[in-house]
Amino acid sequence: MVEHRPWTTFIAYAILTFGIAIVVFPVYLALIASTHDAATVMNGNMPLVPGGHMVENYMRVITSGTSQSGEPVGRMLVNSLVSAAGIAIGKILISILSAYAVVYFRFPFRKTAFWIIFITLMLPVEVRIYPTYKVVSDLRLLDTYTGMVLPLIASATGTLLFRQFFMTIPDELLEASKIDGAGPWQFFKDTLLPLSVTTIAALFVIQFIYGWNQYLWPLLITTKDSMQTIVIGIKKMLTTTDTTAEWQLAMATAVLAMLPPVAVVIFMQRLFVRGLVETEK
Amino acid sequence: MANLVLTEVCKTYPGGVEAIKGINLSVGDGQFCVLVGPSGCGKSTLLRMIAGLETTTSGSIQIGGQTVNDIEPAKRDIAMVFQNYALYPHMSVYNNMAYGLRNRGMAADQIKTRVNDAAQILEIGALLDRKPRQLSGGQRQRVAMGRAIVRQPKVFLFDEPLSNLDAKLRIAMRIEIRKLQRRLKTTSVYVTHDQLEAMTLADILVVMNGGLVEQIGKPIDLYRRPLTSFVASFIGAPPMNLFQIGRIWRAMPKGLPGNVGIVGVRPEDLALTANRTEGDLSLELTVDAIEQIGAETFIYGSATGTGEVMVRVPGEEAPALGSTIRASAPRSKLHLFTADGRIRIEL
Repeated sequence: MVEHRPWTTFIAYAILTFGIAIVVFPVYLALIASTHDAATVMNGNMPLVPGGHMVENYMRVITSGTSQSGEPVGRMLVNSLVSAAGIAIGKILISILSAYAVVYFRFPFRKTAFWIIFITLMLPVEVRIYPTYKVVSDLRLLDTYTGMVLPLIASATGTLLFRQFFMTIPDELLEASKIDGAGPWQFFKDTLLPLSVTTIAALFVIQFIYGWNQYLWPLLITTKDSMQTIVIGIKKMLTTTDTTAEWQLAMATAVLAMLPPVAVVIFMQRLFVRGLVETEK
Repeated sequence: MANLVLTEVCKTYPGGVEAIKGINLSVGDGQFCVLVGPSGCGKSTLLRMIAGLETTTSGSIQIGGQTVNDIEPAKRDIAMVFQNYALYPHMSVYNNMAYGLRNRGMAADQIKTRVNDAAQILEIGALLDRKPRQLSGGQRQRVAMGRAIVRQPKVFLFDEPLSNLDAKLRIAMRIEIRKLQRRLKTTSVYVTHDQLEAMTLADILVVMNGGLVEQIGKPIDLYRRPLTSFVASFIGAPPMNLFQIGRIWRAMPKGLPGNVGIVGVRPEDLALTANRTEGDLSLELTVDAIEQIGAETFIYGSATGTGEVMVRVPGEEAPALGSTIRASAPRSKLHLFTADGRIRIEL
């Protein structure tokens, strides 16, 4: 279809630009705030151009942390990275295996198993938080990475996604594998897994960000400063009783906290865009 | 190198649907057997049972003298070419062909020899590094066959392998499959719904209908002497004209056996004549449509009680639309069946 209407194009771009500006502006402000000193940020007139304290602020949060949260940002970033990556990888492993079982094996109560998995969609962490906390604490997993990751890795969404994808793979591929002498494990490893790469990439992005943004669960089960994640760290920096919050440091931390998810999105995007273009079954 | 023997093979699905209702079939070593029939006749199911992709409810399947009913597909020593080729999309052509051999634990250099040999036979040597998506339909077809022949199996199974190709390529590949099978002398079972493919490929032709075998034999024998009216209508293109004798008895030659219910005559056995000769089938037809394809002309006509009648005449001569013609066939060219079409009556 050939369309040549400069005016409509202009309006479309104008709306788009306006939308982007609304979304980007707070992020920009955070970036600006992280380059000024405390006095400038606190005096009420937030400047719109970068200030001269960028290096100082970032060095401070990276090496020593703020006065409220005793840990340097590096440690918190590692904690967040470990738990987010753990959650994402764990979710992918569990859901790809359960989807494989549900789609390709005929076992008794297969449908029931699928529906039970499906029902867990209706029970987010927040709803089952007390029993989950009890279990994790009885297993002495408080203040551990295992405790932060394990309760969050069962994923109905992932299972559902992989199930839908597996169902689009033609049965003949399974049959050809059978005739070629591949057992269930080989079929999974040699055929299903390579074909799922793009689905895995998509799921990894979503689940990594989900894990990164976890707030309530890590807040409950971590008591030591050395185990807290960056999201909690930022929150702690702003919870003050008698001193003023160090906003410029909190903003610097927030900017740093944004980087890993952005990196994951950018890196994985290439993978799954390539996948979408090449996909053929 | 092996023969294939099916004895009283039945298949009933868990829901109670009987797909195969007792089939006996024997395919000799190196023979090319074609299963043909309308969709839903059970031909693909039967092939999948031979492959081991479907269980056999009762009866026995023997490959090379060994009963394989309870043996896994991989251990039956068969190779299958699927309708959609079922190539592994993420593997190169080489790996597609090598995968089954690797799973068997064959040494890498031996795999290489076999794959290269097969690639040479099929003229796909230049494509070995490509992925299936980079290939045309015909090339994918060749790779699918390559994957079958590298295995050097006892039996090749083909499940409508040509139906995804365009008409021209289908004819070319049909001839190639036949040549390849003659060269390799591997016992083959081939499923198709295309009777032309069936006629041209088969050493033994099996016409199936409703989960049962209608007739087994050499293709030309099935053409000459179809044993049921179903086979008569299915084998031969264009299909045979079949008439209920009660409705057009005037046109029939005198002295047909009393139990004849259906009379068939092939379009190519009908000739345009001026007058009726005693003892011939002779129909007076109104011309409804003409198809000229150069070397021959198809005339579609009708008379009271006949339905559509097709006459196939050589050359380009054609009567005018709406005119009346007389088409006759000698008594010896008629195919006679009982009223239910199940039994052939010899004159």
